[in-house]
Amino acid sequence: MLLALTGLGLGALYFLIASGLSLIFGLADVLNFAHGLFLAVGAYGTWWSSAHLGLGFVPAVVFGVVAGTATAVLVEMLLIRPLYRRTIEQVLVTVGLSLAGVALLQAGFGADPLTFPRPEWATGTTRVLGAIVPNDRFLLIGAAVVVLVAIQVFLRRTRFGLIVRAGVEDRTMVTALGINVRTAFTLVFAIGGAAAALAGALAGVYFGNVSPGQGTSLLIFAFIVVVIGGMGSVTGSAVAAVLVGLVQQFTSFYAAAGVGEASVVLLLAVVLLARPGGLAGRSA
Amino acid sequence: MTTTADVPGTVTVDDIRPRPASPRTRWLRRGVPLAAVAVLAVLPFSTVNLPALLPGPVNSPGSLQLLAICLVFAGLAATYDLLFGRTGLLSFGHALYVALGSYTVNIAVTKLDLALPAALLLAVLVGLVVPALLGAVALRVNGIAFAMVTLATAQVGSILVMSDPGRLTGGEEGLPLAPGAIPGFLSGVANTANLYWLALGYVVVVLAVIAWVVESEPGRVWQAIRENERRVSVLGLPSYRFRLLSFVVASFLATLGGVVHLFLVGGSSPQITTSNFTLAFLVMVVLGGTGSRWGAMLGGVLYTYLDHRLAALGTSDAVAGLPEVLRAPLSEPLFVLGVLFIVMVYFLPGGLASLATRLRGSSK
Repeated sequence: MLLALTGLGLGALYFLIASGLSLIFGLADVLNFAHGLFLAVGAYGTWWSSAHLGLGFVPAVVFGVVAGTATAVLVEMLLIRPLYRRTIEQVLVTVGLSLAGVALLQAGFGADPLTFPRPEWATGTTRVLGAIVPNDRFLLIGAAVVVLVAIQVFLRRTRFGLIVRAGVEDRTMVTALGINVRTAFTLVFAIGGAAAALAGALAGVYFGNVSPGQGTSLLIFAFIVVVIGGMGSVTGSAVAAVLVGLVQQFTSFYAAAGVGEASVVLLLAVVLLARPGGLAGRSA
Repeated sequence: MTTTADVPGTVTVDDIRPRPASPRTRWLRRGVPLAAVAVLAVLPFSTVNLPALLPGPVNSPGSLQLLAICLVFAGLAATYDLLFGRTGLLSFGHALYVALGSYTVNIAVTKLDLALPAALLLAVLVGLVVPALLGAVALRVNGIAFAMVTLATAQVGSILVMSDPGRLTGGEEGLPLAPGAIPGFLSGVANTANLYWLALGYVVVVLAVIAWVVESEPGRVWQAIRENERRVSVLGLPSYRFRLLSFVVASFLATLGGVVHLFLVGGSSPQITTSNFTLAFLVMVVLGGTGSRWGAMLGGVLYTYLDHRLAALGTSDAVAGLPEVLRAPLSEPLFVLGVLFIVMVYFLPGGLASLATRLRGSSK
């Protein structure tokens, strides 16, 4: 039970990162390496505001998320937008950003992990069916479910959501119909940045500390989740994230450490060979 | 930069198609690289002091070590360019093969007590078989998915090395090369010049192989795949096999580079297995210019040099005098390199190699 919930918690974390990545990739065809940066900004924003401004946990997380979103929007408007339609260059810019950004954080806050302020209730445990489960798992799962529902409602019920969905489907057609897709680009970057920043703050709670390189290591698994789930599909990402989180937890526990990661990659290989478009992709 | 630089009236941008070269062009094409290699080969005999550029006189061990590392990375960057610049395969797992070479030889001589020739043979075998197997799976998919699969496999390699299975890899601390494992003329500070020549030899081999393959039929098919893969398939050429060939050749050369790197730094560190190590190659290739003869190597030298020397710059007096806001970022080499990289992507998409062409174009 503990394993299952921890796996779900990890999956929730992956989902928060992967949902934004998937949307950005689906709409703008940009493989966003800077996503780890948004995550780190969220984590450090939360840490900084609670350590230096004396904010409580929830306002601190809000501060971190706002900082992450602002970073994402700025990055999109200043750096990604001028390179519209030159996807390789856009990917390269995000690679450069991820290098420079992480180095900048390292310069500002030092390379060592910083202890993350955890609220009282998140350090406690709850008994579920006889197993003792740390509360932060529920926090992660809850946050992921809220984000999943929010994104789905946004995509299905609002006009902007409609444009984003149509853009993922066929961008050229949407442009031809006279709709400005670029606003939608900024929007998905904002959503992705917010989700990633939230993931950063929660990862801080989950791991108990923040370090500049954290985003990059989580990002790799988020990429795997996006590919397994099918690019551009939020639901696919959710399913894949849960799958990856569970597989990783169970195999790491029952086999040696490192086997968990290896089995995730095996899963990726199997999915890609069977359905190159990912779980939610149109089967080839 | 390009060997045709001084010849007026020649096409410099697009020399894909084999065209009859004038005797002078051909002479330049052969002569300039040979001259460059000759100059580099005699560097260990030079005592010129370049105080701002190198840690000591050119022939001091510190300087030679730095130059040798620059050369190895130039060669490695060129192998990455074979994938990315020539064939258009965006791989995020190139570090895996460098690490493969380094760790295979290191484990063989340090842990398994094999003789060096046997260990080298083993590395050659591993360096051919592993890329062929992994490439066969990864190349089933294209584009971004391929990038992701390579990223994931490399990540597994990295985690494997970190977790230290059977106490073979040394985990996070890395694995130093056993002192008596390699012949005396390749170890010790006094023999840095030999290591330097080894690194130079590696670069020459890589250059020769790449120049040869790119000019041959597969090289032209790679170029075609980069431009328009569907068309290649329509023309009846098995693009999968050609991509696999490119992948295996590049990975094999990277494995050799890993072996040279091992001798040079005297051990294997898990740092060379990480995805950041692969990203460094990507940065080098883009800095220098993709798919050009010298671009990737130039980028490799520049990146490695800056990476090593910027750390020194960060602690120098000039930077220490700056206010804190400026000083902190400047002391991080990766920050400077990352920013430089972004600037390059914006203002010089062809990389340094296109600079010469551009300057000539604007002066006309």
